[in-house]
Amino acid sequence: MIKGILGKKIGMTRVFRDNGESVPVSVLEVGPCYIIQIKRVDKEGYNAIQIGFQPKKDKRINKPLSGHLKAAGKGGFNFIREIKVDDVDGFELGQEISSEIFNAGDLVSVRGSSKGRGFSGVVKRWGFSGGGKTHGCRSHKVPGSLGASATPSRVMKEKKLPGRMGNEKVTVKNLRVFDVVKEKNLILLKGSVPGSRGSLLEVKISNY
Amino acid sequence: MKAIEMLEKEQMRVDLPPFSPGDKVRVYSRIKEGDKERIQVFEGVVIRKRKGNTGATFTVRKISYGVGVEKIFPFHSPTIDKIKVISKGKVRRARLYYLRKLRGKAARLKEKTT
Repeated sequence: MIKGILGKKIGMTRVFRDNGESVPVSVLEVGPCYIIQIKRVDKEGYNAIQIGFQPKKDKRINKPLSGHLKAAGKGGFNFIREIKVDDVDGFELGQEISSEIFNAGDLVSVRGSSKGRGFSGVVKRWGFSGGGKTHGCRSHKVPGSLGASATPSRVMKEKKLPGRMGNEKVTVKNLRVFDVVKEKNLILLKGSVPGSRGSLLEVKISNY
Repeated sequence: MKAIEMLEKEQMRVDLPPFSPGDKVRVYSRIKEGDKERIQVFEGVVIRKRKGNTGATFTVRKISYGVGVEKIFPFHSPTIDKIKVISKGKVRRARLYYLRKLRGKAARLKEKTT
């Protein structure tokens, strides 16, 4: 059994339980993914399965990649990722992986790129308190002192300063699968997942 | 977004009667106490309706022993047993927050004649 799949974030909504409790859920469209390559210990040095997600037009695929995809015979894909497995037996090229690997109640970890925040200041990026807003204060959101003077006469490494924020790989662990809609390849996870709507996510089952 | 709308449509309640701000309603909600379930009735004026598929809510206001009480109900919650519309109120705005400042006779609403 494969323990992971690729998907994209659809968005968030709420689901009511019978007792009236409102559960916040993220809706993910997972798969269908197809196996492109099977990597084995004796050849590549480790066991893994390469899967593709979201079909891509043939004319957008270059020659070297189309040669690589030829063995699976499922056309091109927008996203190709590898999933490590313990044992490669039982997998074949071109095999479909869908939402059927999930059951309600499973724990999964989700990996994806967080939303990009651009060049952000220290208040947003590092949670600095900032200065006063009124009563004559002139330093509202500035970082303040960067360190001491003649010793060490430089700014210490890893000083928290403004800079690019977001758009980095984030993993959210142990999200509970609330429901699986198999005919539409949707899964509902309790809680939030990284990224904006439509962004790529790797979903892995973590309770095994 | 279509997938989300589909999921929300399944959850939405279509059995509840239509009502609008200004109406006097009686909300029957199921309440669980230990193993027993009972029905609690809350009667008052709808002062606000918030839109949204499964996130829609409405606020009911009543005067209980001289104290104003407001309760926000999730419109599509399965705990709402039924809603009865007692009377239609004649109002000119969608959010009746002005009722909070009024007491007694001034807080009455005219009935809508159709």
